[in-house]
Amino acid sequence: MSERFATGDLVAASCRGHPVEGTYITNRDGMAVLKMKSGYNIGVDPATCNRVRAAGAPAVRAAAPAVVQDETLPELAIISTGGTIASKIDYRTGAVTSQFTADDILRAIPGLSSLARYRSEVLATILSENMTPRIWQDLARAIYAAIKDGAEGVIVTHGTDTMAYSASAVSYMLDTPVPVVFVGSQRSADRPSSDNIMNGLCAAAAARSDLGEVAVVMHATTNDDACAVHRATRVRKMHTSRRDAFQSHDMAPIGSVEYPSLAVTLSDEAVRRRKTEPVLKDHLEEHCGLLYFYPGMAPEMVRAYEGYKGLVIAGTGLGHVSTLCIGALKDLVDAGTTVVMTSQCLNGRVCDRVYDTGRDLIAAGVIEGEDMLPEAALTKMMWVLGNETDPEKVRTMMTTDLKGEIRRRSDYGF
Amino acid sequence: MDFKALGLKAGIEIHQQLDTAEKLFCHCPTTLQKTEEHTGEFFRYLHATVSEMGEIDRAAAEEMMDRRQFHYLTYPTTCLVENDEEPPAPMNREALGIALQVAKTFAMHPVEQVHTMRKLVIDGSNTSGFQRTALVAMGGALPHGGDVETICLEEEAAQRVEGDTFSLDRLGIPLVEITTSPCMHTPEDVQATAEYIGMVLRSTGKVKRGLGTIRQDINVSVRDGARVEIKGVQELDLIAEVVRREVQRQTELLAIRDELRARHASVGEESYDVTALFAGTKSSILKKAKVIRAFVLHGFAGLVGREVQPGRRLGSEISDYVKKCGLGGLFHTDELPAYGVTAEEVARLREHLGVADEDAVILVSGSKEKTVCGVKQAQHRARLALVGVPEETRKMLEEGSTAYMRPLPGAARMYPETDVVPVAITDALWDEVRVPELLCDLARRFERDLGLDPAVAHQVAYSESLPLFRAAIRAGIKPNLAARTILATLKELGRDGVAVEKITDNDVLAVLLAVEKDQVAKEAIPEIFTAIAGGEAAAKAIESHAGGISEEELTAIVRKIVAERMEFVTEKGMRALGPLMGVVMEEARGKVDGKKVSEVLRSEISRVI
Repeated sequence: MSERFATGDLVAASCRGHPVEGTYITNRDGMAVLKMKSGYNIGVDPATCNRVRAAGAPAVRAAAPAVVQDETLPELAIISTGGTIASKIDYRTGAVTSQFTADDILRAIPGLSSLARYRSEVLATILSENMTPRIWQDLARAIYAAIKDGAEGVIVTHGTDTMAYSASAVSYMLDTPVPVVFVGSQRSADRPSSDNIMNGLCAAAAARSDLGEVAVVMHATTNDDACAVHRATRVRKMHTSRRDAFQSHDMAPIGSVEYPSLAVTLSDEAVRRRKTEPVLKDHLEEHCGLLYFYPGMAPEMVRAYEGYKGLVIAGTGLGHVSTLCIGALKDLVDAGTTVVMTSQCLNGRVCDRVYDTGRDLIAAGVIEGEDMLPEAALTKMMWVLGNETDPEKVRTMMTTDLKGEIRRRSDYGF
Repeated sequence: MDFKALGLKAGIEIHQQLDTAEKLFCHCPTTLQKTEEHTGEFFRYLHATVSEMGEIDRAAAEEMMDRRQFHYLTYPTTCLVENDEEPPAPMNREALGIALQVAKTFAMHPVEQVHTMRKLVIDGSNTSGFQRTALVAMGGALPHGGDVETICLEEEAAQRVEGDTFSLDRLGIPLVEITTSPCMHTPEDVQATAEYIGMVLRSTGKVKRGLGTIRQDINVSVRDGARVEIKGVQELDLIAEVVRREVQRQTELLAIRDELRARHASVGEESYDVTALFAGTKSSILKKAKVIRAFVLHGFAGLVGREVQPGRRLGSEISDYVKKCGLGGLFHTDELPAYGVTAEEVARLREHLGVADEDAVILVSGSKEKTVCGVKQAQHRARLALVGVPEETRKMLEEGSTAYMRPLPGAARMYPETDVVPVAITDALWDEVRVPELLCDLARRFERDLGLDPAVAHQVAYSESLPLFRAAIRAGIKPNLAARTILATLKELGRDGVAVEKITDNDVLAVLLAVEKDQVAKEAIPEIFTAIAGGEAAAKAIESHAGGISEEELTAIVRKIVAERMEFVTEKGMRALGPLMGVVMEEARGKVDGKKVSEVLRSEISRVI
């Protein structure tokens, strides 16, 4: 249906014979949505609508107050990729718009300006499920540039769905002397209960802390009491909607930020500031896959990866697939695909030397992925294959810890 | 008071909890829990969101003046939706159906596509910081004139346990909100309308009953006054009184305004740190205060202490605003010396500030930041006294006076709940909605068809036990027996301390059926109920009271008793009947009908005298 009305038009209509008047908002499922004076929206039959008054020019917006930054504070960079850490509500139409510029973010989270001064860059405005390895590369380059340019910490705002992939990918591509902190919100930024403000403030506190690695900073519990600082290669989103969805695996978080005091505590494991010069190695081999094995999976599913440079398998238990699939895996390896085994258990180490199928997998040339998370193994594989072509060196790198993704010992009671 | 002459205009908003199986936007049950049985707890902060215009809603902004930590209690019957940790489920169709029934009763026009909105509420009572609400129907009529403007379906807020702690069992229970136009002109009109709407709601048979399940908000204004919304009037009987007191308050505030203007009164801009003046004070409140700040109300003397409602003065109105800064209140010179503040201290204060007799002084005590905030709020409210009646949302106090809660919210509080898809109310759906039989009509029908006394018919129709009564009638129980047992017997036993809540509807029906079949005498009902309440199975309790007594046995008992009391019987004659009834009944242990006893006793007495 062609739009007969513009958003903001004052429209008279009939709701089953009852006269109504409201601001035209949009068309929804064939109905004209009007916002009544009371603030309620209702959908009415568009055929009954008549324009009373065309939408005036948008009310002259009082220029948003300029944000004054304190030049004596350390400088942090905010790089947005699309996660909404700040948003505004237009009560005239009810529209909620995401905000990405530093000024907007500082207005939405007023406490930020007393922690640091900021410069911002909008790298992308996408939902995180639409993230690609290309954007990971752009992100790594942008962070590297900011660090070279003097930023004492970098905050990356990111949708939570694939934040852990991006963080681990950046972690392999970049050696960083300063904190690189990924942050997002699980509950939309327009709601007064959103976790955006606390996560944003905790991220800024972590970004000016003594940390010297890539991390994810998100709610530690369902309370507004602290954020956890997670190592990028060991963190995973473990809940669809809870604030404390992000959890470190096989290790405790590398730090925490108390709220509202914003006191940062780092564990002994956390890499400290200025332990390295900034180094960027931004090649990635995108032609890699991640396959989740299930009982009864047809070998054709494995064969679908023929021609891929690498394949990470999320196997069962200690790292298994069915006997039926092993032949297909062997063919892949023989044809030059690097195959790494990880576990659907997420916690614990792969060991393919206990059961026959495991031994057969090793014999087929599958590499045991130690205690790597499947996603962190995938981004690592892209980076390793992007930087190394020799199969033996690839095998060695895949089983060697680069950025904390592999732990030599499996701790108990952390 | 001549309300029409004063230009009284009043409307009401009625909030009624619905008795649905599940909550409005999640699949949790709608049952309330005991707070001490909570199984979890968490806490959050709430933050207002800036609007497009860079503004924060004025009501929301005031609630935020004091950043507070809100604590929430969780139960096995609450879920992540109440915790604001999961998107809402689609709108509960059962609740929508009930709202539509009510809408049809008032001949309203249902919205064709219902959109759920988020209404900002950041007093902590909603974990999300907003309440979900949807406009369902518009444009209805009341039977005696006046309009039902809208009916909305919204989620109930969490129950405040104490301070900033809330219980999540109530959050999300469906509510219908029925709003009338400001079509009422006397306090009695308002009460009668509330009563009528309440009756319509109960006629659906699908609303919750009991204290707190229905709340009335009342909008009141008088000519030259302002619209004031009084929240949460729970007792129907208080509605007229609340309206009367609000009219009085607005009238008094207007009189104070006129007097202030006549005096050319004004509010002092400056405030002064007078902590040192009270160094040796006996006032416990001032003694513990870090800072005491004062400011002058020029020409206000005598008016700050003037009563505007029973128990409320202009000073109380100003004090309410000060409390928003987290302070306990204020002192004003109209009420001093008192509360440990001496006449000398007042004189010293007046002298120090150099104020005249016609001026009043306000004192605010507490921490430095809070007193600065308090003075600002008090000055703001005092300035409003020169204008007249401020538009406000107020809460009811005991007896029907009110206190300030927050400014009236702007329309800038609502935006779409994008997580809930709109619901279409098609013509087919609307045609299927049935108008319930109103309880007032039902009472008349009971009177006509069941031969109940009008008062009993009314009582049973409006009673919470109506479904039980109907089940009894369907089971063939005599209406009077059913009504008396359900309305009177159970209530009396409860009053006597019997645990009647342990007697199920099925128990009641079983006992009534046993009476109806002459298995037990109706005199035995209280004893049987007592036994059931004491833990005995209904069947067993009925059996042990069953059997009755044969006419011969009864006659034998009566003969024996009369013979033993022959002297008394000869002396009193037929007047002995009454006293002997009880003796016989006790002997027969409730196993026999009273009418029968009286019959046999009468014939035995007349035989011997």
